[in-house]
Amino acid sequence: MAQYQNLFTSVQPVGPLHHGVDLPRGDEKRLGTPFLFHLLGRIGNAQIGPVYLGTLGVASLIFGIAAFNIIGLNMLASVDWNPIQMLRQLFWLALEPPAPAYGLSIPPLNQGGWWLITGSMLTVSILLWWTRTYRRARQLGLGTHVAWAYAAAIWLFLVCGFFRPVMMGSWSEAVPFGIFPHLDWTSAISLRYGNLFYNPFHALSIVFLYGSVLLFAMHGGTILAVSRYGGEREIEQIVDRGTASERAALFWRWTMGFNATMESIHRWAWWFAVLCPLVGGIGILLTGTVVDNWYLWSVKHHVVPAYPLVSPAVIDPAILGVKP
Amino acid sequence: MKNFFKVPLLLIAPMVLGLLSGCERPPIETVQTGFRGTGMEQIYNPRTLLKQAALNQAPEAAEAASSDGPKASEVYKNVQVLGDLSVSQFNRHMAAITQWVSPDAGCAYCHNVQNFADDGKYTKVVARRMIQMTQRVNQDWKTHVAETGVTCYTCHRGNNIPTNVWFAPKDREYAGGALGDLAGQNIASTQAGLSSLPFDPFTPYLKDAAAIRVNGNEAMAGIGKSANRASIKQTEHTYSLMLHMSESLGVNCTYCHNTRNFQSWEESRPQRVTSWYGIRMARDLNNDYMTPLTKTFPPERLGPKGDVAKVNCTTCHQGAYKPLYGAPMAKNFPELQALAKP
Repeated sequence: MAQYQNLFTSVQPVGPLHHGVDLPRGDEKRLGTPFLFHLLGRIGNAQIGPVYLGTLGVASLIFGIAAFNIIGLNMLASVDWNPIQMLRQLFWLALEPPAPAYGLSIPPLNQGGWWLITGSMLTVSILLWWTRTYRRARQLGLGTHVAWAYAAAIWLFLVCGFFRPVMMGSWSEAVPFGIFPHLDWTSAISLRYGNLFYNPFHALSIVFLYGSVLLFAMHGGTILAVSRYGGEREIEQIVDRGTASERAALFWRWTMGFNATMESIHRWAWWFAVLCPLVGGIGILLTGTVVDNWYLWSVKHHVVPAYPLVSPAVIDPAILGVKP
Repeated sequence: MKNFFKVPLLLIAPMVLGLLSGCERPPIETVQTGFRGTGMEQIYNPRTLLKQAALNQAPEAAEAASSDGPKASEVYKNVQVLGDLSVSQFNRHMAAITQWVSPDAGCAYCHNVQNFADDGKYTKVVARRMIQMTQRVNQDWKTHVAETGVTCYTCHRGNNIPTNVWFAPKDREYAGGALGDLAGQNIASTQAGLSSLPFDPFTPYLKDAAAIRVNGNEAMAGIGKSANRASIKQTEHTYSLMLHMSESLGVNCTYCHNTRNFQSWEESRPQRVTSWYGIRMARDLNNDYMTPLTKTFPPERLGPKGDVAKVNCTTCHQGAYKPLYGAPMAKNFPELQALAKP
């Protein structure tokens, strides 16, 4: 009864290890001999490998590792090569973009030059990896849905680190590479541009973020709940509805009057996930380039409620020109 | 069924404990300061408040001395400030200063005990200037200190040097300047409330007069001359200064601001005006009183860049929204209320 209500996968069907379908001509060979790993089988497939690396994968890894190392070496140098301080302060350290004075020019290496190099290497690495997801999907005869979903995330990455800084005319507007520092950037952009809470695209992005979570819980829960009737064979049930599909649909029609289908639920999930960074990126791109103060923008568009002021009249002392 | 609970519990329990270890132990008390729904509230933990309160008690003042008799300037030599006090008032004041600033070293901390009039010790020259500074604060900065006023004790609290002063931070250049530039931030610092924000918000704002405001007054400012050019890095500097103020006063942002719209004065609390003057006051004291004393101090009292110790909000406030929780200490020392006539 309870076997499907477990945190871990309780069934590990194991067949003969396989390399997968034959690859088209021109593709390299897959690397490594596949093997089974029981513990990983509890959260996913127990078979590890083979891996397809290929030219794109290798190139992407080279650029990615180079960027990672430049960030790491800069962090390590910023604590005077002290590995203990590096560990203690890891969350605080960063590779910072150039100062505002440099605009879009190329700054000296240690004044943001490293940041620029790292950013371009990381971008090359990410774009190569995107091409790899696209190419691998095609070579396997799949659709390219994963690649386009990944592209939505790359859009947000490039808006924050490239498109917006270029439109603002300053690399300094970009995000630093560091754990807390990039969170400081997030707070600062909201403080600077009059509270991102009032940015409607930010609001939409949050809707899709939380919506994704909700859909994931609903879908995962539904499929696990009907798996005793064969509901995990979702794709087959798209065209050949069995009792699992019927019961799942009935459950949602009973509880909320409407239900997604075995096919449409995956489109729901894909679009919610993709729209989250897509609209978020639009919101960031408009911040500073078009809108300077989202709070005042919202006041202008009558979406800010007015509350009674509790304090006595407070006047900006700078306007009064008051000296001590 | 048994395993169904056991395994996740074993995994989750340490995770929950680990996450909770970063939290402050309750109770937390919330005090509403604005209209409901606006989040205008202050958060206190009575346990930490109790500890804090004990550290911020004003000492009892000696009974007022008689103003009769000859003036101090007539009896003692080289009295440049407080000279129009009577001798007994003057001595009461000297005793108070000793209690406030050098309870251990006593008179000898500033005076050559062979000749009290001698200006040989730098501490005496500094102390004289500090008395003038206190008078200046009480006379000209009522916009910040109101009638409560300040005394030497407000900052010194029985220490030769106030425990909270600031210096320009030392240059950190590693790897021969080839990499690892901190850009003035990105390292844990108490100045920025242990965040990774810029670690020196004082030089630009409490010494120089860099623009603190970064918000624009228009929804869409446009480009060109009308554009608001404040950068995100500038915002981080302002943020760091605000964190410093918040930490110094033991309050959160909504003590002054309505955080839905930080810039609005209309929606702010009057406390924001007081702290606006506080920033100007600190700047005034640093530039007119502290910096000119740089040469007076011996090198070991100066900062890593050879600058003199300077004041920021913590110097007086030390975690309390009003220094010494607003104890009206200065009223017992009328001689500190106005600048001494030269």
